[in-house]
Amino acid sequence: MKSLIKEFTKGIAIENPTFGLVLGLCPTLAVSTSLINAIGMGVAATFVLLGSNIIISAVRRLIPAQIRIPCFIVIIATFVTINELMMKAFFPALNQALGIFVPLIVVNCIVLGRAEAFACKRPVLDSIFDALGMGVGFTLALCIIAAVREVLGAGTFLGFGLVKGFEPITVFILAPGALLTMGILIGIVNYWHIKLKTSKEITKAGCDGCK
Amino acid sequence: MDVSKLMAIMISMVFINNFILSKFLGLCSFIGVSKETKPAVSMGLAVTFVTTMSSIITWLIYRYLLIPFNMTYLRTISFILVIASFVQLVEMVVRKASPGLYRVFGIYLPLITVNCAVLGVAVLNSETFFQNGHTIAGSFLMSAAQGFFAGIGYLLAMLLMSGIRERLELIDVPRSLKDVPLAFIIASLMSLAFMGFNGFSR
Repeated sequence: MKSLIKEFTKGIAIENPTFGLVLGLCPTLAVSTSLINAIGMGVAATFVLLGSNIIISAVRRLIPAQIRIPCFIVIIATFVTINELMMKAFFPALNQALGIFVPLIVVNCIVLGRAEAFACKRPVLDSIFDALGMGVGFTLALCIIAAVREVLGAGTFLGFGLVKGFEPITVFILAPGALLTMGILIGIVNYWHIKLKTSKEITKAGCDGCK
Repeated sequence: MDVSKLMAIMISMVFINNFILSKFLGLCSFIGVSKETKPAVSMGLAVTFVTTMSSIITWLIYRYLLIPFNMTYLRTISFILVIASFVQLVEMVVRKASPGLYRVFGIYLPLITVNCAVLGVAVLNSETFFQNGHTIAGSFLMSAAQGFFAGIGYLLAMLLMSGIRERLELIDVPRSLKDVPLAFIIASLMSLAFMGFNGFSR
């Protein structure tokens, strides 16, 4: 039980996909314009992560090592398609807001990264907790970015107005604001790492981070 | 298919809707590989090649396989499979046929399979050039052009970014902002500059 809890919590803090490993940047920045979108994307990604982790770890002995990546991609794409269809049916507005980034979950490094680094080596139960932890960590990170952007860029929080007479800095909900927010947040995380001497500073990102 | 439409696609994809700086597609490789100019340009060339070819291939699949059999819900899964196998094939061919070309961009090809820009442009094509199961006139050329110019936009952003980052190597910056965070902040300023192109073409 203790190890399961560890698998769950590592994704939230130390190995957080966004602020620890810096993976899956494209959806992180693109959909964090408002808190609602961020939560929607986080839940969608968690669903795909959970499904693909369970199936991959269940069939891990049947997949030959040489062709594992195509196999993983097919399994992930299946869950992304399920997710896409369900979203279209039950949450059309959210689907509209997330747009092209719903099918693009399939190329999110977090999902493939977990399949490759964890699910294909460990039993099902461990993989479930790993997926949940990573999913929650991703959702939380998205929410932090989205909260900063929504408050500064639209002057609202979850759609509710905050301060009267506050002129929103519109650029924060546009593309430059996302990149600036992300840069400064990673800077803060790094500052904290340097201060505590954890030697876990972020020096690589994206495809580089996978290696 | 006239030239003005092609020009509109070019300006839109390279400047206004630049894949990296305004749509956040392919951001991972943008931050990861843009430290030096040479690899950055090679990566850009490889992406341009793959986006162009995959736009053409996925258009054919969507038009002649998925629409006639009413299977458009298989879009994601079929596109990613086709792109992945195509990239693998190209890598093998390039390695055997031309070692020089392989050194220029071959080593980046495996990385491109999971690049959102490639799947992104395929999905975007299928959304803009097909409406209610019907193709728009001239959509084949337009989607090929959209793929090509999306790649060019990516190449441009890569080139600019790597030039800036090469110079930053020598500059003393706060330790917590070194490398990745600073790259994001620079990208933010570049994106701000690219917003100036908004409204350039209607």
